[in-house]
Amino acid sequence: MTITADHGRTHGYDDLPGLMGLMTGDEKHGPAATSTLDVLWVLYDRVLRVTPRRRDDPARDRFLLSKGHGPMAYYAVLAAKGFVPVDWLPGFGAYDSPLGHHPDRVLVPGAEIASGSLGHGLPIAVGTALGLRAQGLRDPAVWVLIGDAELDEGSNHEAIAFAGPAGLERLHTIVVDNSSASHARPGGIAARFEAAGWSAVTVDGRDHEALYDAFTAPHPGRPHVVVARVEPKTA
Amino acid sequence: MDTMRERFAPVVSRMLDEDPRVAVVLAEIGKDGFREAMARHPDRVINVGIREQLLVGAAAGLALTGLRPVVHTFASFLVERPFEQVKLDLGHQEAGAVLVSAAASFDWPAGGYTHMSPGDVALLDTLDGWTVHVPGHPDEAETLLHHAVAAGDDKVYVRLSVQSNRRGRVIDGRRLVTVREGRAGVVVAVGPMLDTVLAATEGLDVTVLYATTVRPLDTAGLRRATQAAGTDVVLVEPYLAGTSTAAVSEALSDVPHRVLGLGVGRRELRRYGTVEEHVAAHGLDARSLRGRIGAFVRAQGRVAAGV
Repeated sequence: MTITADHGRTHGYDDLPGLMGLMTGDEKHGPAATSTLDVLWVLYDRVLRVTPRRRDDPARDRFLLSKGHGPMAYYAVLAAKGFVPVDWLPGFGAYDSPLGHHPDRVLVPGAEIASGSLGHGLPIAVGTALGLRAQGLRDPAVWVLIGDAELDEGSNHEAIAFAGPAGLERLHTIVVDNSSASHARPGGIAARFEAAGWSAVTVDGRDHEALYDAFTAPHPGRPHVVVARVEPKTA
Repeated sequence: MDTMRERFAPVVSRMLDEDPRVAVVLAEIGKDGFREAMARHPDRVINVGIREQLLVGAAAGLALTGLRPVVHTFASFLVERPFEQVKLDLGHQEAGAVLVSAAASFDWPAGGYTHMSPGDVALLDTLDGWTVHVPGHPDEAETLLHHAVAAGDDKVYVRLSVQSNRRGRVIDGRRLVTVREGRAGVVVAVGPMLDTVLAATEGLDVTVLYATTVRPLDTAGLRRATQAAGTDVVLVEPYLAGTSTAAVSEALSDVPHRVLGLGVGRRELRRYGTVEEHVAAHGLDARSLRGRIGAFVRAQGRVAAGV
């Protein structure tokens, strides 16, 4: 397969390792680099109502990548879906590349937020959901992806505790759980959200159908969290 | 007379009625003033509870959807506690907001150091692109709040205080105002320091400039004043001493000049009491200021008439 230029051709899931390889120089990637890959693919391929042409549409769905570490999978999906030119990928991390090791919304078409410092995406997503609601935009969904260790940051718990009682129905959080938190209890992630009044589902983060079902499960009157379990980071 | 903070809620409540872009974000503190506005605009007056990281983060999210968030709590919990959110969620995301603080450097001395924020403006000085308004009277606070909300998607800080001058001045949200003209130095009085500075410099041959917008500093106005009054400049600021010294030095970098930065001291006093007692303890009462300003101006060998 040749990926030398983006002539509007359609990329599929099978193209993602190759696209990531343009950034890493290797088509083989360990679990840490790909922990978000399936979640991102199912979202952008089947769930999010946003396209390169609609990326400034006030009524688009918003996806906020809060866990900005290891963004190769994100850039690969954005490239596959035409937000980012494929020929930007080899420059990953270079001084004059828009694609840094943490994404910058000002530089990356389609990136809703800049991330890197952990614990910022979920509070911003809460504000985004509030802002859309205040403007009568009741349809667009707001999605934020965080990591299980990122949940250590207290700012997330401010947002979780607020969003449930506030009934932010259009807010969706995905926690990619690769067991990277040093101090965690089994089942603790979903329980935290449920205690704050969220709808919560825990699924296999590699199973596309299970992810799709979890992403599209109804949750009237409540924000929704999908805990996507993948191989442990240290495996 | 009402306080700046008492003026804040009714003024911003009217903005909520008139401008659908305006949203208010609170963290419990100050919610009583917005009770009626919250009933009228339940989706645009948001109280996130005692959660200041969320306060600023949510404001950024509101801004990213096109709203103009006005964010309010005490300065210590608005600028210091969630400083990284101010830096990243507003600055790095290029999301604008109007941050309106209360309690200032020592508005509630009996509350102790936890509720004092003399370093707020200095902290914002580490960031790019902030406009900082420091009103000296409730009428000026009202004017500056209008400027702040109307400033597109700019990042604006409005610092409210119970300290106030007896009357408001005509201000434009940008420029220094010349209050008195002299030939032996320039004294820049910031916000609520003006009345005390005027009393302290009575009879001294100095120009007194009044600043209610300190960032960006009106460098053209300052340079103009130094043409007649010379380049000895005294800053009297109601927050950390020396906060604007670098801005003044930069404005006068091509001419020999001296700068004296007066304001709140760094040392923690560990005292309660009254605002007046704290003003005196930091040497910001008229008598202390007169001594310090007079000595600085005289040191250049230009003894002013009447001293």
